[in-house]
Amino acid sequence: MTTSKMANLKRPNLSVEVAGIKMRNPVMPASGTFGYGEEYTPFLDLNQLGAVVTKGLSLRPKAGNAMPRITETVSGMLNAIGLQNVGIDAFIRDKVPFLSRFETPVIVNFFGNSLEEYGEVAARLNDISAIAGVELNISCPNVKQGGIVFGTDPAAASEVVSLVRSRLQKPLIVKLTPNVTDITVIARAVEEAGADAICCINTLTGMSIDVRSRKPSLANKTGGLSGPAIRPVAVRMVYQVAQTVKIPVIGVGGIVNAMDALEFLIVGATAVQVGTANFIDPTAMISVIDGIEQFCIDEGMDDIHQLIGSLQL
Amino acid sequence: MSVNRTELLKEKGEQMQNYNTIILSNQEVSPGYFRMRILAPGFGAKARSGQFLMFRVQHLLLPLLRRPFGIFRVGLLPPDCEGMPPKEYVEILYKVVGGGTRIMSELHHGDHVELLGPLGNGFTSGAVKKVKILVGGGIGLVPLYMLASELVTQSPVRLLMGGRTRDDILAVTEFERLGVETYVSTDDGSLGEEGMVTEALKRKLVRFPDAEVYACGPMPMLKAVRDICYKRGVSLQVSLEAHMACGVGACLGCVVKGAAHTEETPQYLCCCKAGPVFMAETLDWGKIDTDDKSCGGCA
Repeated sequence: MTTSKMANLKRPNLSVEVAGIKMRNPVMPASGTFGYGEEYTPFLDLNQLGAVVTKGLSLRPKAGNAMPRITETVSGMLNAIGLQNVGIDAFIRDKVPFLSRFETPVIVNFFGNSLEEYGEVAARLNDISAIAGVELNISCPNVKQGGIVFGTDPAAASEVVSLVRSRLQKPLIVKLTPNVTDITVIARAVEEAGADAICCINTLTGMSIDVRSRKPSLANKTGGLSGPAIRPVAVRMVYQVAQTVKIPVIGVGGIVNAMDALEFLIVGATAVQVGTANFIDPTAMISVIDGIEQFCIDEGMDDIHQLIGSLQL
Repeated sequence: MSVNRTELLKEKGEQMQNYNTIILSNQEVSPGYFRMRILAPGFGAKARSGQFLMFRVQHLLLPLLRRPFGIFRVGLLPPDCEGMPPKEYVEILYKVVGGGTRIMSELHHGDHVELLGPLGNGFTSGAVKKVKILVGGGIGLVPLYMLASELVTQSPVRLLMGGRTRDDILAVTEFERLGVETYVSTDDGSLGEEGMVTEALKRKLVRFPDAEVYACGPMPMLKAVRDICYKRGVSLQVSLEAHMACGVGACLGCVVKGAAHTEETPQYLCCCKAGPVFMAETLDWGKIDTDDKSCGGCA
């Protein structure tokens, strides 16, 4: 057997580093679709994931929006959960001990109702050794102060990222909203303000109507659209952001299988997040990881980095 | 330092599982109502009455999300050939109300599907020998069958079944075969007594003031049942349904307001994890939305 054939038999290296966080593969859940990790342990081994990303956390517990909170749309779903979460104290007390039993890096998504709250949560998280990094949410469309006010204006985005940066030594990922005219402007602003990586995209604001009652399908009137319906939009925005910034980009939006994930990697994402697909198939991320590995083998690649940013124009 | 997954599951006592399986049969049992039997080895031993499953038409993304269905019954079929173990199945009963259930109604024996379950908290059995009254509205009768089969071994059980017309009255003879006394009422009088099932409940509670009540059905019916039981100090368990994406407590899409709920300190309970069966007193009935478009039958 020739050396090159021997090489092909080796499993390709899927490990990546995002914002200084080493991951065994580039696949992690999107915040809000995977609870605090524990919810999915009956179906998959958290140690197989690149990272675990928690539900968005705030300084104090948050109850969320009124019902109904979700509705299905064509190839997607609209949600307006309203960032319901246990709050940072309960998370540290009840969830961190469980998550720290795994080797997989834990990324904590968080948001604040004000600039001060963003800073305070960042400072609290900075002290927890079991947390590998944080994902700063400046993009939730479903609550008035859920971050989107910070995520749609480059000056405000820069201000909140700078503040969090000053309170946090851990890797800082900033999650961007697609609900802007030009996402590259925001991307550049958060990079300059000290972000270590950018995650995009959060959900697209949408609306759906129950024609019989003439009421919105969601109590919140509007919600965030996710699922396969938004994937082309997400791929385009990840492509644009990857062209604009030097820091790594995490691609997210409508990934259901490995082929979907590959699109994001090819346009320049270093890693990907799987969201709505976790609801459809609790083992979706494992299929995505296996599929990426198989693709590398089929294409004769021994390292995922040969794929990242390999777009041919 | 890393934890072994098998040990972890044992430690947490997790029972749910994703089944990649096939349909054994799918028949229309009343106009618009279907009964689907799905092969599910090991499911029956784990399932408790009142639990549910998340159903997916395999590999298709239309509909995108799984649909929650109450477990109607579990059982065994003789093996295909001698020497093989019997075939374990789970049965769901559903009403065609939208695109998802229409696709389901067109599936056949041998079609591949996925189901996730058993999920959620089921009914609790209550006091031995006390009369049990089960109240089912339309497709809300689904979780009551397994419950009845458990309760009949220890208490007298009565089923009050309501529907719009005779077409909405399902599986009554099966309850009777369990030894359950059944009473039917329909809005149009096309089967049983004409009127609301709640009127029958009031009469039964005069005769059996100590009875324990279990109910599943449209929200206005549940609210009426709750008010009747509350006034009389009767124990009530209700099985709720809600729009749901994951079924495992991650999406937080299926919450209901708990008894401690206030505008300032909201208390939202996940229907999938804390329920779908709740003791009536743990819920906020004043604020539960009775405007909900009746029981869609888990669409």
